[in-house]
Amino acid sequence: MFNFKSYAKAGSIQEAIQLLEQNPEAHLIAGGTDMLVKLHKGKAQFDHLIDIHDIAELNFITKNDDGDIVIGPLSCFAHVAESALIRKHIPVLSEAILTIGGPQVRNMATIGGNLCNGVPSADSATPLVALNAVVTIEGEDGPRQMPLESFFVGPSRVALEQHEILTAITVTHDNYADYYGHFHKYAMRGAMDISTIGCSAVCKIEDGTLQDLRLAFGVAAPVPIRCKETEAKVRGRKITPELLTDIAKAVTADVRPRTSWRAAKEFRLQIITTLARRVVEQAILNAGGTIQ
Amino acid sequence: MNRMITCTVNGKKKELSVDVRQSLLEVLREQLGLLSVKQGCAVGECGACTVLLDDVPIDACLYLAVWADGRSIRSVEGENRNDKLSRVQQAFVDEGAVQCGICTPGFVMAATSFVEKHKHQKVSRYDIRLGLAGNLCRCTGYETIVTAVQKSLDDDDQ
Repeated sequence: MFNFKSYAKAGSIQEAIQLLEQNPEAHLIAGGTDMLVKLHKGKAQFDHLIDIHDIAELNFITKNDDGDIVIGPLSCFAHVAESALIRKHIPVLSEAILTIGGPQVRNMATIGGNLCNGVPSADSATPLVALNAVVTIEGEDGPRQMPLESFFVGPSRVALEQHEILTAITVTHDNYADYYGHFHKYAMRGAMDISTIGCSAVCKIEDGTLQDLRLAFGVAAPVPIRCKETEAKVRGRKITPELLTDIAKAVTADVRPRTSWRAAKEFRLQIITTLARRVVEQAILNAGGTIQ
Repeated sequence: MNRMITCTVNGKKKELSVDVRQSLLEVLREQLGLLSVKQGCAVGECGACTVLLDDVPIDACLYLAVWADGRSIRSVEGENRNDKLSRVQQAFVDEGAVQCGICTPGFVMAATSFVEKHKHQKVSRYDIRLGLAGNLCRCTGYETIVTAVQKSLDDDDQ
């Protein structure tokens, strides 16, 4: 039996917010695949749970009238990855999600849980950061929005106040239309593994030039990050083999990998430079470009 | 910390009083005696506790029993029909896809869902391995298991 002291089930966003206000020590539990593992290992800070597993209004994937893709945070990974909308408009997210865990985990784990857990290895984070995704957060003062990139404030820390809950993840139309992407996860096994490095690239090309590039890495810093300096350097350049070499060189200035038991900093840097080149190349090819 | 839940287990409606701290794995084994549902790693990595929840495979060890309220659960105990093994179960027997046996019920359920989802589709051995990526087996080397799933997909007479 899991060892927690109190449990309350929320049936709606408002109820979840109220319950969070009432109990400052409470944590939300959604799909459970992170929380229940931590509880199994006896983490004392999860004594009080607010169960949001079955809040129907947070489980949806839609395209609104402006063409923006909006994902409810309680959508499980399997639903997101298999969604016709996601596969058509932002397939890089499907690609990334299909590298997470195994089928059983993807049927239980939620995309919002993956983001709110706040770990640098969250594989759903890098494609969304590359797509300039925006998160909607609701609390006692009503809803607010912020870029997903700034939602991640540190290892296992996100910009949620105690009384707040993530209610939507949005990729606006201008951020995915005419953009093509690719994702690659470097890990020791093909499934059920944590990223050593995860990489997402999203690009827009025109007449043999790279109009825009957005490059994101997981586990390359304390939070999932964008390579803003590299992106600025290569925007508007002709697509040539030298461009890819320059990207691979430039990314090292954007990242801050660390040594852990999983991999040494030097090894992570090696993977980062290799993936920067390969993932951007594949994103360009997916966009119909040629490298010459 | 008990709650009443109603769910369907292997086709039979059950009303159960479950502690909110219990996993579905614990309730299935301890209250309903469904001992095919194994606890392996208890952290969602090995798949030995795989059951189908509304026909979709999940790890019962990482699923609170209260979440099963209103849902339908299938375990190996309910897969045979009129004393006849299901086609997936029979294929596991025919292909010798069982050695020590502890992973087998979980594999059979994951495979059952894969076969139901991919009926009449052309799938490669690699696709099958991806479909079973959430289950670990330390004996067979997986080859016979993949063959059993392939055989279940090909089998059209049932």
